[in-house]
Amino acid sequence: MKKVFSRPKSLRKVSMHYCPGCGHSIIHRLIAELLDELKLRDKTICVPPAGCAVLAYYYLDIDMVEAPHGRATAVATGIKRVHPKNLVFSYQGDGDLAAIGTSEALHAANRGEQITVIFVNNAVYGMTGGQMAPTTLAGQKTTTSPFGRDPKIEGPPIRVCELLATLHNTSYLERVAVNSPAHIKKTKNALRKAFEHQKKNTGFSLVEILSPCPTNWRMDPLQSCKWIDEVMVKEFPLGVLKEVKC
Amino acid sequence: MKGKIVIDKEFCKGCQFCIAFCPKKAVQISAKRNTKGYAYAEYDKTKKCSGCATCALVCPEATIEVYRE
Repeated sequence: MKKVFSRPKSLRKVSMHYCPGCGHSIIHRLIAELLDELKLRDKTICVPPAGCAVLAYYYLDIDMVEAPHGRATAVATGIKRVHPKNLVFSYQGDGDLAAIGTSEALHAANRGEQITVIFVNNAVYGMTGGQMAPTTLAGQKTTTSPFGRDPKIEGPPIRVCELLATLHNTSYLERVAVNSPAHIKKTKNALRKAFEHQKKNTGFSLVEILSPCPTNWRMDPLQSCKWIDEVMVKEFPLGVLKEVKC
Repeated sequence: MKGKIVIDKEFCKGCQFCIAFCPKKAVQISAKRNTKGYAYAEYDKTKKCSGCATCALVCPEATIEVYRE
């Protein structure tokens, strides 16, 4: 029998620290598969975030530069300007990109930096224990909104893709999810497109990935996948929000 | 077309994605636990695996290897 699927080479053979059913590890694998397929493993520099994925440098076998909380796009900007021929991407969560790093992300996108941002949206602060994030849905219970998020007091959730789509220099913005086999395949295609856009220097590209967080949503892994389909997708509709020709 | 899967049980965390999404229901949860304490997924040899690799696609730990004839 022929081997048709195994662990990608760019993903180190170590057990990841993520909770059972976490979307981060699926996204790590997709990135590793893509880098293997595109043969970019030696030419890629990643900027991991502060957050659950802070230890991504233990798992992805590529060059990494850790950034302070929220500053990944600023660090990636510097790296890309010094190494324009390398593939540079930042990997950020919603607490990292949409809260503390909003200004860095917004201005990097406005300047049209030739970087790719992989934005993992799980609607809570994962690592610190499930506090309310800017992307938390209205009515969603978290440790800092025990009665549900009230949009009158805390505001409605931020839609990062829609926000960045209004800027001139963004080239590729897509929202995908990793809660089913079909969505995982679409996510991989979205990441491939974003990397291609970067290769052709068309501008700032961002892929927002809705990812399950069973632990902080107080659900089992399968329930959290369903919750994305039934609840989260209504607030964060999937699809391509912006694509310029390349 | 016939296939088979090999699961490294020490990497499995028992999220059961592979069990939920397998079209042939050829993956089951083990009665035993691995050294981390998780009830791990295992290949059910009595069912016919087609080698479609859906289980490996959804596996968060990248611990499933798929073979096909």
